[in-house]
Amino acid sequence: MGRIDLARHALGVFLMSTAPRLTALDGVHRALGATMTDFAGWDMPLRYGSERDEHNAVRTKAGLFDLSHMGEITVTGPEAVDFLNFSLVGNVGSIGVGRARYTMIVAEDGGILDDLIVYRLGEAEAPEYMVVANASNAQVVLDTLTARAEGFDAEVRDDRDAYALLAVQGPESPGILKSLTDADLDNLKYYAGLPGTVAGVPALIARTGYTGEDGFELFVSPGDAEKLWNALMEAGTPVGMVPAGLSCRDTLRLEAGMPLYGHELTAELTPFDAGLGRVVKFEKTSRADSFVGREALAAAAERAESAPPRKLVGLIAEGRRVPRAGFSVVADGKVIGEVTSGAPSPTLGKPIAMAYVDAEHAAPGTPGVGVDIRGTHEPYEVVALPFYKRQK
Amino acid sequence: MSNPQQLRYSKEHEWLSDAQEGVSTVGITEHAANALGDVVFVQLPEVGDTVTAGETCGELESTKSVSDLYSPVTGEVVEANQDVVDDPSLVNSAPFEGGWLFKVRTTEEPKDLLSADEYTEFSGS
Repeated sequence: MGRIDLARHALGVFLMSTAPRLTALDGVHRALGATMTDFAGWDMPLRYGSERDEHNAVRTKAGLFDLSHMGEITVTGPEAVDFLNFSLVGNVGSIGVGRARYTMIVAEDGGILDDLIVYRLGEAEAPEYMVVANASNAQVVLDTLTARAEGFDAEVRDDRDAYALLAVQGPESPGILKSLTDADLDNLKYYAGLPGTVAGVPALIARTGYTGEDGFELFVSPGDAEKLWNALMEAGTPVGMVPAGLSCRDTLRLEAGMPLYGHELTAELTPFDAGLGRVVKFEKTSRADSFVGREALAAAAERAESAPPRKLVGLIAEGRRVPRAGFSVVADGKVIGEVTSGAPSPTLGKPIAMAYVDAEHAAPGTPGVGVDIRGTHEPYEVVALPFYKRQK
Repeated sequence: MSNPQQLRYSKEHEWLSDAQEGVSTVGITEHAANALGDVVFVQLPEVGDTVTAGETCGELESTKSVSDLYSPVTGEVVEANQDVVDDPSLVNSAPFEGGWLFKVRTTEEPKDLLSADEYTEFSGS
């Protein structure tokens, strides 16, 4: 019997097992006719219409995302800095008030447990940090931080239910937000955050994102989420903003060369293996430089210098078949790497992928590299990441 | 959306036109196209290929997934839609019209294809 095999959908559009969690904006998504998907236990909007149109809107105008599945964890207490420096690979002590930092949490063996953004919210007298984890890892991060807090005068608080998270991303986003807030957005730098009021709603306004565009993430009380969404839609629709789902978020971050946990980042890789050794700070503003994973990461740093591991590269298709996570990268009939993320790129108009490949094949322009797409070796061009960088 | 009355449907979301001089047109339904999302690549059987009901004869790639294309009937392919190969978005924008996939001279047809009303009830849309 003829059939379209819909069950092979990567995100399991049709296969929902246990009852997923709903965000505060669930009713909004359903009213908009969104295609929903189970993502890390949450029922999230995959797309509202065409994911390519949503992608292009974020690149050229703006998109509005519900990211309430992200996991917020608040850390307070006199020893909050020492505790976070011990628990994370970055130097939390050097984050200024109102600034944010991209960092990671690793296991004792250096394997990545999650990548995180840490926002410093409080002054030195009353240290307060918000750690934002991926939805899929939020419980692990919470449990790990709680365990590592032993012996520190610091409190780890599960604030996952305290926040809804809306993101406005794209070149029109500053104008849209300015029409709804008195906050000083012009002086809000990339990777900074300040408390303010947006459309009458108290919000932590952060200039962060996962799309490669200028944009803002707004942490608000779940009870205010719908009011804020509606105000943003009213302000943004006239300048071309559209609701945007997780499908385009994935292609946007892929074009921007941003890693996704479970794909480019795993517990089997250290930050150095992922080409992100720069996030590891061996010298910290802290009581001591000791931190979880230090010895393993020092060894990994040395290994990365002396015997380069597989390197994360970009691949651009010469044909039209799309590489997917797990597909083999090949050269001369041999497997030389593995695709970690792949998708048709709306901006480039061609399929693209991120892949770990052997160092000798990692240089941009290396000839003879292909991807094994269901048995056929399709030619691919090796390029440096990212695929897309916005004009500032 | 509405499923055209003059077509017949498989439970696997394909449509088949009534044969004209023995040749039927095959496509996927709007319900399936919406479920797939933006289709970016279509690989179709070639003219002269023999397709067999229930066996793979091509593939459809969308942003998030790849789906095998199975033939709803057994027969010989007499035409493949080059327009949809060149512009796969036709599958999304006009699944019952310009987004048709191939034409087949049917030699054998399964007996359990659905009417439009049956398919609408089956697919819920």
